[in-house]
Amino acid sequence: MKYVDEFRDQALAAGLARAIAHEAGTGRDYAFMEFCGGHTHTLSRYGIADLLPPTLRMIHGPGCPVCVLPIGRVDMAIRLALSRPEVILCTYGDCLRVPASDGLSLLKAKALGADVRMVYSAADALALAQREPGREVVFFAIGFETTTPPTALVLRQAAQQGLANFSVICNHVLTPAAIAAILEPPGGNAPQAVHIDGFIGPAHVSTIIGSRPYEAFAATHGKPVVIAGFEPLDVMQAILMLLRQVNTGRAEVENEFTRAVTRDGNLKAQALVAEVFEPRASFEWRGLGTLPDSALRIRPAFAAWDAETKFGLDYTPVPDNKACECGAILRGVKAPIDCKLFGTVCTPETPMGSCMVSSEGACAAHYNYGRFRDVPVQVTDTAASRNQETA
Amino acid sequence: MSTVKPGYARPLDLRKGRVDLAFGAGGRAMAQLVTELFARALANDYLERGDDGAVLPAPGPGERLVMSTDGHVVSPLFFPGGNIGSLSVHGTVNDLAVMGARPLYLAAGFILEEGYPLADLARIVESMAAAARAAGVQVVTGDTKVVEQGKGDGVFITTTGIGALPAGRDPGGARARPGDVVLVSGRLGEHGMAIMAQRESLAFDSEIVSDSAALNGLVEALYAAAPADAIHVLRDPTRGGLATTLNEIAAQSGVGMELDEAAIPVSPQVRAACELLGLDPLYVANEGKLVALCASEHADALLAAMRAHPLGSEAARIGIVTADPQHFVQLRTGVGGRRMVDWLAGEQLPRIC
Repeated sequence: MKYVDEFRDQALAAGLARAIAHEAGTGRDYAFMEFCGGHTHTLSRYGIADLLPPTLRMIHGPGCPVCVLPIGRVDMAIRLALSRPEVILCTYGDCLRVPASDGLSLLKAKALGADVRMVYSAADALALAQREPGREVVFFAIGFETTTPPTALVLRQAAQQGLANFSVICNHVLTPAAIAAILEPPGGNAPQAVHIDGFIGPAHVSTIIGSRPYEAFAATHGKPVVIAGFEPLDVMQAILMLLRQVNTGRAEVENEFTRAVTRDGNLKAQALVAEVFEPRASFEWRGLGTLPDSALRIRPAFAAWDAETKFGLDYTPVPDNKACECGAILRGVKAPIDCKLFGTVCTPETPMGSCMVSSEGACAAHYNYGRFRDVPVQVTDTAASRNQETA
Repeated sequence: MSTVKPGYARPLDLRKGRVDLAFGAGGRAMAQLVTELFARALANDYLERGDDGAVLPAPGPGERLVMSTDGHVVSPLFFPGGNIGSLSVHGTVNDLAVMGARPLYLAAGFILEEGYPLADLARIVESMAAAARAAGVQVVTGDTKVVEQGKGDGVFITTTGIGALPAGRDPGGARARPGDVVLVSGRLGEHGMAIMAQRESLAFDSEIVSDSAALNGLVEALYAAAPADAIHVLRDPTRGGLATTLNEIAAQSGVGMELDEAAIPVSPQVRAACELLGLDPLYVANEGKLVALCASEHADALLAAMRAHPLGSEAARIGIVTADPQHFVQLRTGVGGRRMVDWLAGEQLPRIC
């Protein structure tokens, strides 16, 4: 595949691995966080840990929209869908399995008779409302800055068309606030973050917001940020750029993903989002707690299409299981294997904590792709070595 | 002069007619559907007799019987490369074939939805008949039920098959041993992606065609190429794809596996479609692919036999069986790292077969 295979080339990967090992060969340890779940997935899916020196540790950040969605918000959607037969609740496929209270999920609510449907886009939800004038179509919108503009667009279209049977539960969250929260001393009894030398900045989010919003963060906290694409070579190149910044004492925002990201981002999308949404004073993040200025809500001018207002929905926070270590894992204090629930009662089939919910979560990625690293595997047969020679 | 009129029943309108509830009621309408559609298309002496069951000859000396059943609920019913009729034959024939058996007879149970066009049903039955002929099996008995409109999805077909297992053949999921070689008969993910592309109206430059096919010929070619006890495990990686099949075998046999991503055959179209939809071809369904785990000293001969068969021209050696108390299936990735290939969590794509 053109424009894809080039970024997955084994020879180039080996070259980058050598450059990384050379740059990291200073005798010290390094810890970088990839904020975004897309990067977590790339690291795990391609086994990139095998190409990094043992002194370099990647910490998987909270940038997975499904993972950080708090239980209370899913409960809210389930209550609405179960209590009002006129409601068709639409959402993205990966939201359907998020575990909520009482052993429910949107998928299980569907089995109980709620009309829950998977859509591929916000536009599909709007089209459904147009096709079903007798029903109330509610779009359960989640995501970081990447998926916010499409939600803004359908809200504006619904307002322009006076479409009265369409509304949105807005769960859109903001990246810069969450990155800052990782480093700032947490309130309550949340664990303090470990030392992080630098951050890999999100790919798709940055196509919208640009690289500028990370500049204040880099300057304030003295941490380098390298925005990177989602292919394996993108991530390796970003790690090399971070190492070079750390080794030369710089803390700048650099852009590895120049084929898609500019400093200013997509101004048209930003204007659209600003027209429809405004910041929420605070929002609960599953695993991270309540963070100020970290989410968006629908502006009063669009209140008629805000499902929270329209249906008078109340938010009740629900704590995670006490033994769940997601908060500590997201801050890099603990690894998935340190959690008592990991791989026992908490698995991708029956997730308990946020990090296990979507394949981009730190625990799910480790469970699906990396848990063999927790136990040494014995390759005992001669056929194994023969096969390696031919590979 | 006596004027007794000959019995007359207006033939089924296979052009414009539709399934109605009478077709499942056990009366004349049902008998007519059986005679004019099923028995005509699937033509054999067993169906011809019109009895409640088929009386079959005993297998050859030393042979054992293998029986298997498979329900088919694919949506859409027609897809590039086949339809639910051919699929329902291939599904059960392949289940018998990967047991090492020579498939002989099928029984077919139809659940039809009231209002379904008879013309489409006829196409389905015709393609079932063609698939059965090609696979060398006979559909010897069947059943038809009709459910009210809205209570089915056009046509559901359950097929049950009987095959004869020659003496000496005993492949099984629990027989993989460390050192065994993993072979796959061709490019992966084509059935699942053909269905997905059809369902989501995705248009690609070249259409993705389902690989739906009967594997019994390919299995016979393998048994002709190596001693029967060299073939340890045979499987057709349907729902859940290659990844799920290999995890099942690893768990059953108590072994691990090491695969080489670069050696796993996937067509450029399927790779591109999977990339677009965020799917992993290792988890996408196949309906005409064979996975064989065999003793390493016979791997070259078996791979050559696969490649010499029309259904196995893209066959490849993709990995080996390891001793691993955790029963992990691992993969060397294209960029040179390692990862696990785990069981599929949840449903990647419903109603594909």
